[in-house]
Amino acid sequence: MAKPRLRVLFLLAYLLFAILPIYWMVNMSFRTNEEILSTFALWPQQFTWDNYKVIFTDPAWYSGYINSMIYVAMNTVLSIAVALPAAYAFSRYRFLGDKHVFFWLLTNRMTPPAVFLLPFFQLYTTLGLMDTHLAVALAHLVFNVPLAVWILEGFMSGIPREIDETAYIDGYSFPRFFLTIFMPLIKSGVGVAAFFCFMFSWVELLMARTLTSVDAKPIVATMTRTVSAAGMDWAVLAAAGTLTIVPGAIVIWFVRNYIAKGFAMGRV
Amino acid sequence: MKPVNQKAWFLILPVVICVAFSAILPLMTVVNYSVQDIISPERRVFVGTEWFKAVMRDEDLHAALWRQMVYSCSVLLIEIPLGIALALSMPAQGRRASLVLVLVAISLLIPWNVVGTIWQIYGRTDIGLLGAGLAWLGVDYSYTGSARDAWVTVLVMDIWHWTPLVALLCYAGLRSIPDAYYQAARIDGASRLAVFRYIQLPKLRGVLMIAVLLRFMDSFMIYTEPFVLTGGGPGNATTFLSQYLTQKAVGQFDLGPAAAFSLIYFLIILLLCFVLYNWMQRVGTSEKEASHG
Repeated sequence: MAKPRLRVLFLLAYLLFAILPIYWMVNMSFRTNEEILSTFALWPQQFTWDNYKVIFTDPAWYSGYINSMIYVAMNTVLSIAVALPAAYAFSRYRFLGDKHVFFWLLTNRMTPPAVFLLPFFQLYTTLGLMDTHLAVALAHLVFNVPLAVWILEGFMSGIPREIDETAYIDGYSFPRFFLTIFMPLIKSGVGVAAFFCFMFSWVELLMARTLTSVDAKPIVATMTRTVSAAGMDWAVLAAAGTLTIVPGAIVIWFVRNYIAKGFAMGRV
Repeated sequence: MKPVNQKAWFLILPVVICVAFSAILPLMTVVNYSVQDIISPERRVFVGTEWFKAVMRDEDLHAALWRQMVYSCSVLLIEIPLGIALALSMPAQGRRASLVLVLVAISLLIPWNVVGTIWQIYGRTDIGLLGAGLAWLGVDYSYTGSARDAWVTVLVMDIWHWTPLVALLCYAGLRSIPDAYYQAARIDGASRLAVFRYIQLPKLRGVLMIAVLLRFMDSFMIYTEPFVLTGGGPGNATTFLSQYLTQKAVGQFDLGPAAAFSLIYFLIILLLCFVLYNWMQRVGTSEKEASHG
């Protein structure tokens, strides 16, 4: 680019805009409620770890994180596993009703989650899955599978078909071709799709709250505890919010290479 | 042209089963509710299309729908160009790229109810950074008092929250453009603008389609953030469709009308996405043909 300085300036400006609300949350998490509500301060005046102590000593709080991680992991693995072959089929072949099925999949992302609540409640109660991690993981498939198929299809379509054909001529079986040749090529797509599945499942509140009560209660539902008759517990909520970022940040850190490198740097 | 192969159905079967299990059954239940008056679980009366007619005549709904359209269009018009620009200005590799990637993505990972709560404090003029900053600049700002300020705050919050989604998708798309394309452009002496217009933009078509549709449908269904931040107020300034729906379903326990509303709501999103989807596909293919010719 002709103006690299402008580019850096724009990036820094955006990052500032992105970071400030998060800084404010972290800032709040180290303060007491009285201080948050009474004084404007750029950094904590009476620094305290108490809000984090509340979360790490109360099983009701920290089990929320564990529950969320369990069903999010289940959901991400399931979504990617079923989406990979489907995305391959959509990107490589024409078949009866292909366009209709593809669009039908997308329509499932367009249904307001509130629409699903009551039917899901009845369905999972009938199946005896209420308050299990599996129930939430399955329910979240509704919006994650179409997204994963969609993202992966886009990346797969970018890979020339000649690669498949060459592999067949070289005598590769389909599974071997898929795992050893094709997967490395779409690594960045898998990285992005996995991250999005993780993210959407991690932050979803309505379904997760409806389908769980005690044993599988996710952190997003536990957080609503901070609203009580005595008023909001802003400080603990901020601490809990800060902690919800951590697993996601770790996931991005792991998939960052897949996102950043793409296949331009690699074999093709 | 892709080869025809009906066996490909076996590859998509797992997906179809998964999604059908969790989508078709619930949808049928909603259709079932929408044509009945549910007085109690045992007493139901078939009412036909009465709820649909009632919902269509609802003035408040028209207002909410209009607000929703304006809001979703604003979201798209700001977030898509901003996301592309951001993706273009992010470093391509190295440690700095990783750091920027994580920083950009963080806002996506905060649960939606927390986003609303944080901005509730963040926007307050007495104890929040944004509010205090604006007050310090001499701007008369109050997201609880002024309808315009509330609307703008919800929009800015959405931009803050969701632009990273567009940026990440575009960034991944940009990274998968083979170096050979750029080398060819360099040999041809193409300008930066030409590289963007004829190489990067067409290659981004796929991810941009995902970004536009995702942002459109998700902003059309926005619920938690404005609910927590403004509660739909002041007045009705930030009452969007799904909040109106929830008021109906939960507040008034009207399952029938709420179900009819859900279906109409779903059909509106479906129709708009269908139009957008086909339009973007056509733009993409005509572009491809033009570049081949």
